[in-house]
Amino acid sequence: MSATRATAPPSRAAAVDPARPGRSLPTLVRHLAVAAGVALLVLLASYQLDSFRNFQLATVAAYLCATAGLTVLTGLCGQLSLGHGALMATGAYTLALAQNALADGGRTAGGWLVVSLVVAVLATVVVGAVVGVAAARLRGPYLAGLTLAVAVVVPALTVTFDGVFNGEQGLAVPVAPAPAGLGSYFPHERWQLWVAAAATLSCLVLLANLVRSRYGRAFRAVRDDEVAARLAGIHVARTQVVAFVVSAASAGLGGALLAVLAQSVSPGAFGLTLSLFLLMAVVIGGLGRLAGAAWGAVLLVALPDLTHSLTNLFTLSPAAAQRLEGNLPLAIFGATLIVVMIAAPGGVQGLLSRLTRALRARWPVGRS
Amino acid sequence: MDRFLFLTLDGLSRGAVYAAFALALVLIWRAGRIVNFAQGAMAVAAAYVAYSVTAATGSYWLGFAAALLAGLLLGAIVDVAVMRLVDHRSPLNPVIVALGLVLLIQAVLGMVYGNEYLPAQTPFSRTALTVGGTAVLSPYDLFVFATVGVVGAALVWVFTRTAIGLRMRAAAFAPEVSRLLGVNVGGMLTLGWALASGVGALAAMLVIPTGLGLHPHAMDLVFVSAFTAAVLGGLDSPPGAVVGGLGVGLLLSYVSGYAGGDLIPLAVLALLLTVLLLRPGGLFAPVTARRV
Repeated sequence: MSATRATAPPSRAAAVDPARPGRSLPTLVRHLAVAAGVALLVLLASYQLDSFRNFQLATVAAYLCATAGLTVLTGLCGQLSLGHGALMATGAYTLALAQNALADGGRTAGGWLVVSLVVAVLATVVVGAVVGVAAARLRGPYLAGLTLAVAVVVPALTVTFDGVFNGEQGLAVPVAPAPAGLGSYFPHERWQLWVAAAATLSCLVLLANLVRSRYGRAFRAVRDDEVAARLAGIHVARTQVVAFVVSAASAGLGGALLAVLAQSVSPGAFGLTLSLFLLMAVVIGGLGRLAGAAWGAVLLVALPDLTHSLTNLFTLSPAAAQRLEGNLPLAIFGATLIVVMIAAPGGVQGLLSRLTRALRARWPVGRS
Repeated sequence: MDRFLFLTLDGLSRGAVYAAFALALVLIWRAGRIVNFAQGAMAVAAAYVAYSVTAATGSYWLGFAAALLAGLLLGAIVDVAVMRLVDHRSPLNPVIVALGLVLLIQAVLGMVYGNEYLPAQTPFSRTALTVGGTAVLSPYDLFVFATVGVVGAALVWVFTRTAIGLRMRAAAFAPEVSRLLGVNVGGMLTLGWALASGVGALAAMLVIPTGLGLHPHAMDLVFVSAFTAAVLGGLDSPPGAVVGGLGVGLLLSYVSGYAGGDLIPLAVLALLLTVLLLRPGGLFAPVTARRV
């Protein structure tokens, strides 16, 4: 059924959805307007929040790149990847190597960070293309198993080639401080938030447009029925590789941003657990929706923080507290993932849109 | 040459465990078309049960029996309480739920036992016996071979010679017809999960003492290796899983012996990639009509 949708000519008339009044603006303009609004909100928030919250928000932005990429791949194109942690590691390590190379060449100005970010994304695109070409021939559990192996390999790689990656210790990432023009007392965390938010919003605008484009429709057609998609003239394998590469690029950007925020990279941060976290965030947020990816990214940062405050409420022995603190978020993540998959496969965003639809049906306000 | 012989025998012993674990994956795949990504975590949980029982009673064998029992129970519980409720229309759903189980089980183990490596006992010595000046197998390797052999033979016997095995095969092959003929299809599926999880627990008991020790993540790499073994043999074929397991064990033994233990995950990935790209159906796949 989606295949027929995918073949419909992308005319301007099709952009006006009769079921959704007020949405007649061109897609690009609408997405840019939303992005500008969010940017303004982030700018205001960065002055209202303290340094720690700024840093947390920046971390949410970094995760959001990766979860948005994964939701396009898994939710829209139907390919499951357990290797996105490894792709984030690719981005992070490339950024670290690029920043170190630039610093060695005496190029320490803040603007060079953009070059490093682009290099990191390009490197991840190459890795993503290699995995994606293999992935396009695989289905369901086979693909999950292959990407799982990719995720397990990362720590081994950094130890084997420790001349480049410096083994378990990892690499330091030299990052230029905020530009002097912003004043000498400008908090570093606010600057980090600005950098992360700018990169993430550009990434999201590109993804949102892609989702609404011919490619997005092809992704959904391939997900729903490969045979029908092929009959409709869609090159299934090529579509899947494109989806994987786009998703990998987003994950690479997310990893690179994490490296910029932490100012260091080490293999411990990019283990199998990170890949599972990303998948969990995407599923709980709502598969296939960029808004769901945002919920997931917020959850990834907020839940460890919440459980930390929760364990502080009880007086525990230091050993027990340490065990609980590291593992309780994981247990909650795991249990939530299972419950969401069984009870509410649409995730948070699915529940929200069901709620708004129910409210609209009861009070038909704003319908013209 | 001595080294080659030693690595070959060591690889076969390692491969026997991978074969058992791959067999567990194949059992569930045949019963319900699910690759149980939680198999490793479930097996580690059973091994922790063995650790507790052995610590309490001082007997390795009581712990061993407890692990098998815990494995059987855990498999049945996972099927009845979780997998039965999952919408199986999309093949992604069971995989995602299994990954949720991985997170949950590993976190609970970490909370109860801590995230440190605990020492794992062996019932027999792991020092290799020498025959004519050449180090060959250790008594523990012989124990591994014997156990895996007995379990493999028992599974073959159950599936080919008993009424319950016939019912299990029927329930997997044609669920609707079997139900009409009075087979308790759901019960057979649960039994399949229990058996597979029990075999997985056995594999964990055998493999964990040969590694760094007991840890919530102790089976992660073993799972990937066993998955590779199962794919190598074709997910549908129990003999394929055994051959695949022995092959993967040999390969990893040679890689770690001649090139270094750090390269094992890379070797697994390379092998898996090669198999999936060249023969995605596995070495023993029958020629199937391509569904367009």
